[in-house]
Amino acid sequence: MEADAPAGTVETMSMQAALNRALAEILAEDPKAVVLGEDVGRLGGVFRITDGLQKQFGADRVFDTPLAESGILGMSVGLAMAGFHPIPEVQFDGFAYPAVNQIITQLARMNYRSRGTMPMPVTLRVPSFGGIRAPEHHGESLEALFAHVPGLKVVSPSSPHQAYHLLKHAAAQPDPVIFMEPKSRYWQKDTVDTGTPGNLHGSQVVREGRHLTLVAWGAMVARCLQVAELAAEDGIEIEVLDLRWLKPIDAEGLAASVSKTRRAVVVHEAPLTAGLGAEVAALITQHCFDTLKAPVERVTGFDVPYPSGDLEDEYIPNIDRILFGIQRVLEYRRG
Amino acid sequence: MRLTICALCLPFVMRIAESGDSRYVSLMDLDTTSIPELTAEELRQLYKLLISTRELDLAAVAWQRQGILPGYAPELGQEAAQVGSAFALDTSRDFAFPTYREMGVALTLGVDMVEYMSTHKASWHGGLYNPVTTRLAPIQAVVGGSVLHAVGWAHGQRLGAADVVRSEDETGGLPAAITYFGDGASSQGDVHEAMNFAGVLKAPVVFFVQNNGWAISLPTEEQVAGGTVAARAAGYGMAAVTVDGNDAPAVVRATRAALKHARSGNGPVLIEAMTYRRGPHSTSDDPGRYRTLDEERRDGGEDPVARLAHLLLESGAADQAFLDNAGAEAKAHTETVREGVQALKPRPGQEMFDYVFAEPTDALKAQARAWREESEHV
Repeated sequence: MEADAPAGTVETMSMQAALNRALAEILAEDPKAVVLGEDVGRLGGVFRITDGLQKQFGADRVFDTPLAESGILGMSVGLAMAGFHPIPEVQFDGFAYPAVNQIITQLARMNYRSRGTMPMPVTLRVPSFGGIRAPEHHGESLEALFAHVPGLKVVSPSSPHQAYHLLKHAAAQPDPVIFMEPKSRYWQKDTVDTGTPGNLHGSQVVREGRHLTLVAWGAMVARCLQVAELAAEDGIEIEVLDLRWLKPIDAEGLAASVSKTRRAVVVHEAPLTAGLGAEVAALITQHCFDTLKAPVERVTGFDVPYPSGDLEDEYIPNIDRILFGIQRVLEYRRG
Repeated sequence: MRLTICALCLPFVMRIAESGDSRYVSLMDLDTTSIPELTAEELRQLYKLLISTRELDLAAVAWQRQGILPGYAPELGQEAAQVGSAFALDTSRDFAFPTYREMGVALTLGVDMVEYMSTHKASWHGGLYNPVTTRLAPIQAVVGGSVLHAVGWAHGQRLGAADVVRSEDETGGLPAAITYFGDGASSQGDVHEAMNFAGVLKAPVVFFVQNNGWAISLPTEEQVAGGTVAARAAGYGMAAVTVDGNDAPAVVRATRAALKHARSGNGPVLIEAMTYRRGPHSTSDDPGRYRTLDEERRDGGEDPVARLAHLLLESGAADQAFLDNAGAEAKAHTETVREGVQALKPRPGQEMFDYVFAEPTDALKAQARAWREESEHV
């Protein structure tokens, strides 16, 4: 806890608790906000993110829906058309697939189709990414899919503090936001300064360094911080950039960091091909071409279906693979 | 009015009745008997809307042939279903969710028809009209895409309805959503999800199915298992009624009954209006590849517009002079719409960017700037 923080605003809590707190405050402050989804009411969600909210705010504000994701999203679109600010949950990332039609053809387009008369202030919460030994389709990384769709904004917090503030920020947006929660980080505790959100736009440097920039988001941020710690033992000072917003991507923040370090490795769990790492690499190349000392390296999942739990440590970028990526960049010599 | 109990369902319903198991809810048939017949004045209004829709619809096909419109989705034969259902709505509180073939609904709701037809002029996908003020959601190209929106909108009315006086009176009760779709869309999973959600949540929604016999080239018998969409309502514990979709006053009464049911907090209603798509699916379609003219004449049934004209004359609600005058007014209105549609200019290219977000991103603004610089040399 920082000594100079205002009393009572800094607490230690898990990301689950931070998200739960944020939702409670959104519901208390915004009478148009409603939370809906599978098991979000009575149960409080399978990850307990909505724990206690139905009891506190009633079944008109926090309600269970039948088990159909397209229905949850289509209903959210209709609620937004009626003036509500829906916060739907799809229970797991892979369950967003049945809702993709409503997300892409309706949620993302209604403001456009209606010429701005029917904005879609919908925050879709998606427990995302892997790392919990879950069954099939419970560990998908959909950021590239959603970032590709005009009309959607996409964000992923990496810490309880970020989760608390970014969720409140997303829910106040007049546009649809896909809020990707790193489910493997739900139970990690850290400090949350509820009184001091800081800048919630764009990326954030979470560790400063001068030899190389690691770009990551979601659960990979914590892993990259571990890598930076290890690299520091060898005298390599790594900057870790938490991208946070996956659409819009903070090109300025990327450029500022990589202009300084002159080297970049982007790390994500999603498969390599046409992943968001390609977009990040393109932006870095566009803005830092003259200063780059090596091609931007990508350390990612493979172009394979997300494997069963026994193999997920082989799939998700681990410390060794990230270090190899760093090594390739540091040892690169122009031919 | 024919009710939804189809021959196939009856044995099942009978078994439930015999078992006496109260866990099973049998078919709920919508009570339309308490809805009064339409007054002579209402019948005359209805005819004016019907003939206006017919005129504009026929003209729009001609405009496509003349190169005024790139394309159009005719509704010939469906005027009574569309006008009749929309006629029953209260636009001070209700909201309609159309597909791409609800011109008669739009006209009845008083939408500016140039702004409506702008979708077919390729000015703007959703149409240029304001959906919030007209109470007509943007034109929807995804088959079955807006059915769930109606459920969400309607459920929202209940959430805000704590202070709404529940009344059997037509003037009281909940605002209701009406969602239009066809026999083809009834195959979509979203339509199932919408009906189930509405049934569980008791949302004040009227599911208005225009069964026009065809989904482009596929006839209803190859589309709808069991032969009727309305029969499915029983599975959702939903009241339903099948109505002759070419009988405009009957459609009005069925829709009024459905709205009354929904407004009272009794949950959703399904209306299946049996009608016929007399024209092609769209101006690009060639029905000769899947049905003959003889079949069209045989299956089309009685023309809904001529039928109402006949009723007006028979009942004495109107005379031939009224009909002639209504026809002339419809032609004049159509001509005004043609002038307006022809005067539509392409929207400014900037609008491609303006409406993507309520708060555009810097990246999108940069794309818009680049577009302007490179396309307008500014």
